[in-house]
Amino acid sequence: MKILLKDLQVIDPSSKLNEKMDVLIEDGMITSLGITNSKELKDAKVIELDGKICAPGFYDMHVHFREPGREDEETVISGSNSAAAGGFTGVACMPNTSPDIDSAEVVNLIKERAKNHLVNVDVIGAATLKRSGEALSPIAEMVEAGIVAVTDDGAPIKTASILRSVLEYCQMYNIPVIEHCEEPSFTDGVMNESEISTQLGLPPKPTISEDLIVIRDIITVEYCGGRIHISHISSEKSVELVRQAKKRGLNITAEATPHHFTLTEDSLKTYDTNYKMNPPLRSQKDVEAVIVGLKDGTIDCIASDHAPHSIEEKEMEFIYAPDGVVGLETEVGLALTELYHKKHLTLEQIIEKFAINPRKILGLEIPSIEIGKKANLTIFDPNLVWTVDVSKFKSKSKNSPFDKRLLTGKSVAVINRGQMFYEGEFIKI
Amino acid sequence: MPLSSRHLLGLQGVPREDIQLILDTATTFREVLERPIKKVPTLQGKTIVNLFYESSTRTRISFELAQKRLSADTINFSKSGSSTSKGETFKDTVKNIEAMKVDMIIVRHESAGVPQFLTRISNANIINAGDGRHEHPTQALLDMYSIRERLGKIEGLKVCIVGNIAHSRVALSNIHGLKSMGAEVSLCGPKTMIPKGIESTGVKVIHNIDEAIANNDVLNVLRIQLERKAGSTIPSLREYHNYFGITSERLEKFNRDIVILHPGPINRGVEISSEVADGPYQIILDQVTNGVAVRMAVLYLLGTKN
Repeated sequence: MKILLKDLQVIDPSSKLNEKMDVLIEDGMITSLGITNSKELKDAKVIELDGKICAPGFYDMHVHFREPGREDEETVISGSNSAAAGGFTGVACMPNTSPDIDSAEVVNLIKERAKNHLVNVDVIGAATLKRSGEALSPIAEMVEAGIVAVTDDGAPIKTASILRSVLEYCQMYNIPVIEHCEEPSFTDGVMNESEISTQLGLPPKPTISEDLIVIRDIITVEYCGGRIHISHISSEKSVELVRQAKKRGLNITAEATPHHFTLTEDSLKTYDTNYKMNPPLRSQKDVEAVIVGLKDGTIDCIASDHAPHSIEEKEMEFIYAPDGVVGLETEVGLALTELYHKKHLTLEQIIEKFAINPRKILGLEIPSIEIGKKANLTIFDPNLVWTVDVSKFKSKSKNSPFDKRLLTGKSVAVINRGQMFYEGEFIKI
Repeated sequence: MPLSSRHLLGLQGVPREDIQLILDTATTFREVLERPIKKVPTLQGKTIVNLFYESSTRTRISFELAQKRLSADTINFSKSGSSTSKGETFKDTVKNIEAMKVDMIIVRHESAGVPQFLTRISNANIINAGDGRHEHPTQALLDMYSIRERLGKIEGLKVCIVGNIAHSRVALSNIHGLKSMGAEVSLCGPKTMIPKGIESTGVKVIHNIDEAIANNDVLNVLRIQLERKAGSTIPSLREYHNYFGITSERLEKFNRDIVILHPGPINRGVEISSEVADGPYQIILDQVTNGVAVRMAVLYLLGTKN
């Protein structure tokens, strides 16, 4: 099948491309770039996309798909649908499922579920068995099954000595170790520690809880080598620590979530559990530091930490409610609204943080927009004004703090693996 | 003039006129408590549920008595622990209770914010009887009532709250209420028991108990408990008593009139010595009596507002 995408602004930072052109796709391959006369292509389906941006397909390296174990909240398929609707052609899913992804069998199960989907679902294995921090998972076997990184997400790797082992073992396979930075003796807290937690009477979690593990990890990687990727960085101090570590040439990368660059702890004042996440929403100065980190490259990429939870689990007394928010379908809109339109990042930088850097970190091939390449594209409208409506989410879960929020910028279509997601439907192309 | 809200979730942001109205109304009910027949028909036909998700003796009894004195029908529901562990969710429990047509819910819960949560899932009037370490507004109201009864005013008084401020729901309600009524509020306790940024509520923090006694008209002394992790905030109850306990020796040193409150239950020999707890400065049992009158006032004002 031939499909002609007309009048797109094609931006591909890896080839420094930024031009208005038509993109012709035949059987999933890019076969022509430039000005095309559509009359000559009678058999092609023509889609007018004037003013829309065409970028290499976006990738979210931090999602929780709940399969196996909590398929009522999200499955590999529903999560992938949510990713496609949000503008992503690839995701990496976290291993804190039930059972954990700590064996090649579970990795294979997820890969099998995802094999025919438009979205590439990569798998991150547990660093330690049952993510308990006691013994290494069968990392080599899981690498053979296709994992792209390891983590004990939900918690950091429990002890420095196990972290060291994981870092050394992973060097043989050149995969990064992804860390959820939270010093375990502070885990009683349910929101950021500040005068607001004091006034709300909620048990506090101080920023040093995050910073201490960031320091531990930097020092450990400096000593024994390997690569560490800091998940959902949220504190001013942690951003500064990563900045300094990068200056020293260490293999440290970091991601930030849309909620941590958009919202502050002030949102907790209604005790709405849709604002309960971990790391917690921080202060205005932390939000500003995260934005500066994104601008100066300290923070390499944007990831959602997409964490689906059922309504009954979230509609709970605040201290008992689980942490986390769904994010795949608001992520691009929030990045464009909060970072592009507020002039913190250019479109090229946004595309780097969504399409290029996460794949670099995970050692994946970076899709480029060239004739003869497979079409792996995200097409978005940076100026489309829309209102978030959780009831329209493709995700099975609706726990978003952004419901009813007005955003500027939205994904219009994604193309990958010979399929296109456009106007709410998957089309074979 | 009615109250400005149909709930009593806390004292933060409650206007002075509302507090004044509650305290004045309580004065009327206080008189009822001295009658041979201590009952009025004010809330006849109203149904009130006491939803206690955390153990409580005095607050629950005080509320129940206040409800009975006002001739309301009352139901007690007690449960402890998380609703996440098997069984019915908190929301379902509340929905079921409400389906039996209740007018007011009095709630105590381990989690801050549960009273606010209740206003979103229920149409009843909600009264907070203590949520986590957040607020306990009726306790602060009865404290203020008792201060006013003893000293004739609240405005301009210097009040110091002594103890584990970080884990107290009484402290925050007292701070908001007293500030709103024009008192000068300070806090005294070990630094590990003072929560971050509490100064943002407009209070001064000190760590010397003698200073607190020397410079205040009222001390509100909070109960000290060893935390689950013993030794994590104070080394021992003995050391607390030696450095922060209210004793006759300390009070006599300054030889001045001071009023001592305690929300109870008291730990004799820890935050307060037995001598002081039974002595001339304290008004601890008056607080308990006044508590019933203050709760009657709150129930009456909210129950007749709709």
